[in-house]
Amino acid sequence: MIAQIIFIIILGAAIYQFSKNVAKIRRNILLGKDTNRKDQPGLRWTVMAKIALGQTKMVKRPVAAVMHFFIYVGFIIINLEVLEIMIDGVFGSHRIFANPLGGLYGFLIGAFEVLAVLVLTACIVFLCRRNVIHLKRFTGTEMTQWPKSDANYILITEILLMTAFLTMNAADYKLQLLHFGHYVSAGSFPVSSLLAPLLPDGASALVITERVCWWFHIVGILCFLNYLPYSKHFHILLAFPNTYYSNLNAKGKFTNMASVTNEVKAMLDPSYIPENTGEPGRFGAKDVTDLTWKNLMEAYTCTECGRCTYVCPANITGKLLSPRKIMMDTRDRITEIGNNIDKHGKDHQDGKSLLDNYISREELWACTSCNACVEACPVNINPLEIITEMRRYIVMEESQAPASLNNMFSNVENNGAPWKYSQADRFNWAEEQ
Amino acid sequence: MNNEPLAIPTMAEMAAQGKEPEILFWVGCAGSFDERARKITRDICKILHHVGISYAVLGTEENCTGDPAKRAGNEFLFQMQAMMNIQVLDGYNIKKIVTGCPHCFNTIKNEYPGVGGNYEVIHHTQLIQQLINDGKLKAEGGESFKGKRITYHDPCYLGRGNDVYEAPRAALEILDTELVEMKRCKSNGLCCGAGGAQMFKEPEPGKKDINMERIADVIEAKAQVVAAACPFCMTMLTDGVKNQDKEQEIKVLDIAEITARANGL
Repeated sequence: MIAQIIFIIILGAAIYQFSKNVAKIRRNILLGKDTNRKDQPGLRWTVMAKIALGQTKMVKRPVAAVMHFFIYVGFIIINLEVLEIMIDGVFGSHRIFANPLGGLYGFLIGAFEVLAVLVLTACIVFLCRRNVIHLKRFTGTEMTQWPKSDANYILITEILLMTAFLTMNAADYKLQLLHFGHYVSAGSFPVSSLLAPLLPDGASALVITERVCWWFHIVGILCFLNYLPYSKHFHILLAFPNTYYSNLNAKGKFTNMASVTNEVKAMLDPSYIPENTGEPGRFGAKDVTDLTWKNLMEAYTCTECGRCTYVCPANITGKLLSPRKIMMDTRDRITEIGNNIDKHGKDHQDGKSLLDNYISREELWACTSCNACVEACPVNINPLEIITEMRRYIVMEESQAPASLNNMFSNVENNGAPWKYSQADRFNWAEEQ
Repeated sequence: MNNEPLAIPTMAEMAAQGKEPEILFWVGCAGSFDERARKITRDICKILHHVGISYAVLGTEENCTGDPAKRAGNEFLFQMQAMMNIQVLDGYNIKKIVTGCPHCFNTIKNEYPGVGGNYEVIHHTQLIQQLINDGKLKAEGGESFKGKRITYHDPCYLGRGNDVYEAPRAALEILDTELVEMKRCKSNGLCCGAGGAQMFKEPEPGKKDINMERIADVIEAKAQVVAAACPFCMTMLTDGVKNQDKEQEIKVLDIAEITARANGL
């Protein structure tokens, strides 16, 4: 009875804390400007099914794809097992699904155990890639300290949780063979039965092992759940809405700034009376709140895999730009603003901004807008849109474009071409051989 | 090779005669002013003449689409250019546009509708593919590319930007030649380094220039010809080849040039 009460308290606290943090992230995301990503629901569901559920963009790197698939399937299916643990915890039962499900239960437990081994394998491979092989993709200026340890914490936690699960089953299996207490015979334990010889033979020692692992496993999962909102691992939740709200336009199409259209129409035609579009906003983005909620959702979805940076031509040739850093900076900044709101109220200004305090102009001007980063992202994140918005701010609000680009602008404006040629010479090519 | 001067029809002339061409050839700034790109412009015209498509150009009435301004963040200048161009295009009742520049192609096709310009836009490689499919264009009567190793460099704004990967390859497939792909191609293609308004500024400091990284891919593929489909890529690739002192071994040719040569135009 005491165990049940403790369990319910832990479970309640974990869910409360998690909901609170998710609500905070949701609030932070909605600090962004509105953008319409609700058209064509049919196509959006398809995109989500393909990209998030079907993992189709992962396959470009087969090793990572297979390993990631193990962890992904393991995560989804293990939730069935967690459901049983929850019910057992609340009602003080033991393996409540064993009797009603009969043979199917044995099959399910078998499947979970095999998956647990696959997850373990994948986590070990992933740890090696990061810490032994030092895969280049996982290094870089933005991948120090927290981002580096975050990845390792996630992998180690998953290894511990899977180990606890298998050890728990092994002890349970041994107790079943002893026909001890409520440990009913519950199907095959294909992996954990192999571990059984490693455990003590005494019933009381086995019960302790089983209980310790049970509590460690479920409390571990609840702690891990609460770790998610602070971690890149949050992608396991946001990958789904993030792909649902994907950009469905051609990648080459940049957003149209309707606010500019009015002003340009007025410039070209003095008799034009602009429509009232409400209070004038800022052109482009200086800070994260000038970006759209979708940009901010993408920042929270980014799992820092670095596929974007790995294919970025600027990054490859040693320039400062790293699309992954753009996303991480955006997330760090919106989190900082969120924390300021929690501490000092919603109108607090800290005098900082995404531009300059987080992302330098040198990074922004190195982008060739080639869309390789957008193509490479397994969950359809678009770092290019943020780069473009920030360039817009620098050019239109500050007039601080590099001098050579200012020359190009004035050539376009005065000569109708980015080079200093006369408009009258534009057709000279027709006279040549 | 036919070196007779071409009579290039302009929209103004056509309108004066009360005629409307089937298609407008949007030349673009590079195609109008860049010495190398002007040859490609003329080759596109030769192809259009050869197959007898009724077309015209805007000539001195053409203006920059605003693409480099938009990529650099100058939305004001972009929309100014766009609206002025749309006025001219609509004034001539233009419905269909072919262009030799993926940047013009992307901007007119995707971004002009946002400021009121709606046209059917195709890239010259798509037109060539269509003409081949229709049997109007073959690879006969001209230079033979037999046995040459040719590779194709995907321009970002044609490939990743608009998913046009097959059309330029189709134009090469009808040649009796050895087509090879670089290790980075199609959606994994590497930028030439000129997009996003980089063409008009010095690159940021780094280990090397992007076009040098790209030329290494061309050299690794042991290609004798690298086919381009964008005037900016043309400049960057040509510079890269020169920088590596490979001008004798590697030629950079646009798909339109290759097509024109193969057909003896």
